Amino acid sequence: MSRYKRRLFKDNAMQVVATVLAVIALALLAWILVTLFAKGAHSLSINTFTQPMDAQGALSGLANAVVGSLIMVALATAIAAPIGVMAGTYLSEIGGNSKLAQSVRFINDVLLSAPSILIGLFVYNIAVKPFGGFSGIAGVIALGIVILPVAVRATEDMLRLVPGSLREAAFALGAPQFKVITDVMWRAASAGIMTGVLLALARAAGETAPLIFSAFGAQAWTFNLTKPMASLPLAIYQYAQEPAQDKVDLAWTGALIITLGVLLLNIASRAVIAGTGRK
Amino acid sequence: MTLETTVDGPDGGASPTGTGRSLTSSRGAMADTAFRFALYAAGILVLVVIGAMMVQLFIGGLPAVMAFGFDFFTSTDWDPAPDHEHYGAGIMLYGTLVTSVLALVFSVPASLGIAFFLTEVAPIPSRKPIGIAVQLLAAVPSIIYGMWGFFIVAPIMKDYIQPLLIDGLSWLPVVGELFAGPAKGTGVFTTSLILALMVLPFMTSMYVEVLESVPGVIKEASYGIGSTTWEVFTTVSVPYGRTAIIGATMLGLGRALGETMTVAFVIGNAARISTSLFASGATISSQLANNFNESRVGSLLQASLLELGFTLFVISFLVLALARYLVRSRLQG
Repeated sequence: MSRYKRRLFKDNAMQVVATVLAVIALALLAWILVTLFAKGAHSLSINTFTQPMDAQGALSGLANAVVGSLIMVALATAIAAPIGVMAGTYLSEIGGNSKLAQSVRFINDVLLSAPSILIGLFVYNIAVKPFGGFSGIAGVIALGIVILPVAVRATEDMLRLVPGSLREAAFALGAPQFKVITDVMWRAASAGIMTGVLLALARAAGETAPLIFSAFGAQAWTFNLTKPMASLPLAIYQYAQEPAQDKVDLAWTGALIITLGVLLLNIASRAVIAGTGRK
Repeated sequence: MTLETTVDGPDGGASPTGTGRSLTSSRGAMADTAFRFALYAAGILVLVVIGAMMVQLFIGGLPAVMAFGFDFFTSTDWDPAPDHEHYGAGIMLYGTLVTSVLALVFSVPASLGIAFFLTEVAPIPSRKPIGIAVQLLAAVPSIIYGMWGFFIVAPIMKDYIQPLLIDGLSWLPVVGELFAGPAKGTGVFTTSLILALMVLPFMTSMYVEVLESVPGVIKEASYGIGSTTWEVFTTVSVPYGRTAIIGATMLGLGRALGETMTVAFVIGNAARISTSLFASGATISSQLANNFNESRVGSLLQASLLELGFTLFVISFLVLALARYLVRSRLQG
């Protein structure tokens, strides 16, 4: 009987340990968020969103970095997301289990987890070195390569969730494949694909490493995509290393903005999925 | 699965009579062909991107390999001084492997514990929200972990945790070397802890996915002969998903290997190897982040940095390839 009690004790102990671990993980998330608010909220003002980084003294804000990030992330999404959706559609609707499709699927998975700093090096080689300088365009390409594999994966997964009978019904009506895909499959999977694209966008918005060697960052307003371009993560990276306390404070403010933005996008897109799943 | 199983080329759909779709007008067939071609092209682009990446990094790093030969991968001498310029990847390779492996030492038990909690222990209605909250840890950008690690965690490590470990463990023979002082806060140990936290949500969700795929009957059979929840987990669920769990762990390793911003903030960026876990170090990614923009086009330094990048590419590729093989073979089989 003591052996039985020992087993029960072990079971209870491990359940407690597992619960404690989960609580610790959630507490760390809360700690990070609390830190961001505690350190970043007091420097948050209207100037943060209206003044560029090179404005004088206490006036300086992060507006040019926020706008630079928005421009590059928007362009990267506009270019890479459709390509990713097409490639994901290829995997689900045409490729099947062919050798080519299997390679694309495998390589896409590798790209999904590949070190993002290597994307930066690659883009430096193809879009910075040949044109003699850092540029917003290079930043857009780098972020596009971040977005592409996420969009491919999400699209394939979502299209596979669409019931096969729907596809077959459309074919049975004599619709050509592109009608079946655009009017039936994409429509049925649209919420899921949109969610995937939003998640990809959120991931790109927070990326720093691919931009260091491509967009490079800037202190002033920049709208010219052929010149180095400011971005919020780059501004945080730069200011967090400054000795001046007001710069570090501004880095925390930037960190707060970007984290809230990314987390809200994540929660919103999960809500979209949950909402459609229930119908 | 589809009616298209007989068609395997971009031209297949163009034939109006070929696949029983004779109702298709010829304009529709043209559009169909063009559309399929676009889908193919998009799929192939994914291959082109990674192929071009590999080729670019390989060619970019070639001058370094020509100059130093195999010595590049083993030498621990990274010296940009103009008169005796010499570059070796040894320090960064060591830093990359040590921080990543140490991160797994912390995160594998923690992730398994949380996966156990989420699949067996937690009340069922609370599992989903808690799982999502853990997932949000993965959504926090890595630069935020870097700042948090540098400004918040490192001082705590320096003032409280590292002195405790140094006092408690550094007198031990051999093992004590790992915990030799001084306590600086930043360094390999703190970096590994934060890397562990960053890969934890990712690994937890994969573990949960694997554990949920264990057929209920097997678990019920084990419960039926009197196993406790923990015993079912360790003797049935984990062994059943073993291959995929190892694969998921390798995926976590792949992430840790290439993580850049956190490491650049926290590791201390010193190009040396130390036996102490509390010492500063450098990884391939942190070395790239800190030095690449100072290297001139065509210089030996830039070539060496690109070769570092190529090395990281090859290591990550192998780790991720093996991981995917293990994960897929189990989840599909």
